[in-house]
Amino acid sequence: MSSLAQSQLRETFELNIGPQHPATHGVLRIKVVMDGEYIDRAEPILGYIHRMHEKMGENRTWNQFWPNMGRLDYLSAMAYNHCYAGLMERAAGIEVPERAEYIRVITAELNRIQSHLLGFGAYIMDLGGFTPLMYAMDEREQILDLLESVTGSRLTYCYFRFGGVYNDIDDDFITGTRAFLKRFRPQIPMYHKLVTGNAILMDRLIGVGPISADMCRKYGATGPVLRGSGVNYDIRRNEPYSVYPELDFDIPVYKECDSMARYMVRMDEMVQSCRIIENALNKLPEGPVMAEKVPKALKPPKGDYHYAVEAARGTFSMRTVSDGTNTSYRMRLRSPTYSNVSLFEEASRGMLLSDALAFLGSLDPVIPEMDR
Amino acid sequence: MGTESLPTIESAIPSALLQFHQLDQLRMLARANSLWPLTFGLACCAIEMLSSGCARFDLSRFGAEVFRPSPRQSDVMIVAGTINKKMLPAVKILYDQMPEPKWVIAMGNCAISGGPFAYPGQYNVVEGADTFLPVDVYIPGCPPRPEALIEGLLELEEKITGNRRWPRVKPETMVKG
Repeated sequence: MSSLAQSQLRETFELNIGPQHPATHGVLRIKVVMDGEYIDRAEPILGYIHRMHEKMGENRTWNQFWPNMGRLDYLSAMAYNHCYAGLMERAAGIEVPERAEYIRVITAELNRIQSHLLGFGAYIMDLGGFTPLMYAMDEREQILDLLESVTGSRLTYCYFRFGGVYNDIDDDFITGTRAFLKRFRPQIPMYHKLVTGNAILMDRLIGVGPISADMCRKYGATGPVLRGSGVNYDIRRNEPYSVYPELDFDIPVYKECDSMARYMVRMDEMVQSCRIIENALNKLPEGPVMAEKVPKALKPPKGDYHYAVEAARGTFSMRTVSDGTNTSYRMRLRSPTYSNVSLFEEASRGMLLSDALAFLGSLDPVIPEMDR
Repeated sequence: MGTESLPTIESAIPSALLQFHQLDQLRMLARANSLWPLTFGLACCAIEMLSSGCARFDLSRFGAEVFRPSPRQSDVMIVAGTINKKMLPAVKILYDQMPEPKWVIAMGNCAISGGPFAYPGQYNVVEGADTFLPVDVYIPGCPPRPEALIEGLLELEEKITGNRRWPRVKPETMVKG
């Protein structure tokens, strides 16, 4: 070997992170080529929890596909319920009572707060702080109690139906939700005092994992990842669905493009979700919660239908092709984390390994939703 | 004394000579009261596993809160979620890496039988952890509540020591809430 070639030869080695690794939030595997402490190339390998959701959509009736919606992204299952309900209502032309739409928004936003709380706690735990998780889980259990009282389950909700919701909410739920908001609002400034201002956390997050808006567009990243890169894009505003246009809320956007910005977007979204819930509770109309005359065996007319919602991790959209029978011809699920994690390969080049894990946590991946 | 008269490793030791029963019981009691589960979340059930270790449910009351990220330090594998064909070899390796004695809890319907993802003609999901692992305790639910996981751990303790340390509550005596 000539001396020139020798000098260009770098010593790299391969490292496997996962599929069982506490920092990957599940069974994501990342194959990393390391150059010392720095990442040369990182390749996320998916498929360790592929559960055939799309295939299941095609071999069972429309109603039988409901339970799958709770098991895609189990942390914001309500948004996924919302998407499927909206999709089929658009396909079959079902009018939804207004009260049902308000209940959908209230439960979906409670679910979003719960998801961000767990994301916050687990993220700080990844970075080495254990106590914030306990605070976050304490608040989260309050939300789960409320949602359990109306839906009957703690995590994998199957609450929405074509044309409405399964159960009406009662006074206990409404007073409980108001009491929760009163209790939760002062908690967020406390989290900022306890966690955000911490010098170690700031050192680990500020400037780490920069993602430009262009890179987000290139990979189709959405949700807090996109809004942390200074792009004001939220399906609730840009392609409004349900009763969101009638409600009063802001979209938090940060221009810093780093992990701290994404973390702050999530924290601010919790405040905005509180606003939405309070607003919706004040405007909650009386009336039925199920549309009349929804056929049990739904047969939407032939066609190609699409519906998108803003889940806790970004845009979730469903597209289905109906051939006029009681099953779907093709069910396509577009999951936000899949696109968000796709940019990991490009963004993590030349990053320290420890920074890369802090960066991965800021994308807040949920693996079963990514693999579908 | 010739070397022929010394017992070798292969030769059986008379049982009357060595009696460690009491000591074994003590060791099993110690093990049962400090089970160290492997931090190994596969899907939705992992969130309930996390919940049971956190505020409110507080698994440390039962001595099982030390979730270890490495299989070499843990003695209970809680299979919390769906195992698919790509994940199966990894689960096997993790189980083999755990030191003896070790136990397996199948948490949730997916780990019991494939759950909602098992149907005729499915192509990817392994229908139950007991198809390749010796499962000790099954916890049904989709996902099981944290209380159910705690009950499963108590069942496992009973299996290890032969005694249940917490009184069993009969369903008919429970207060209806």
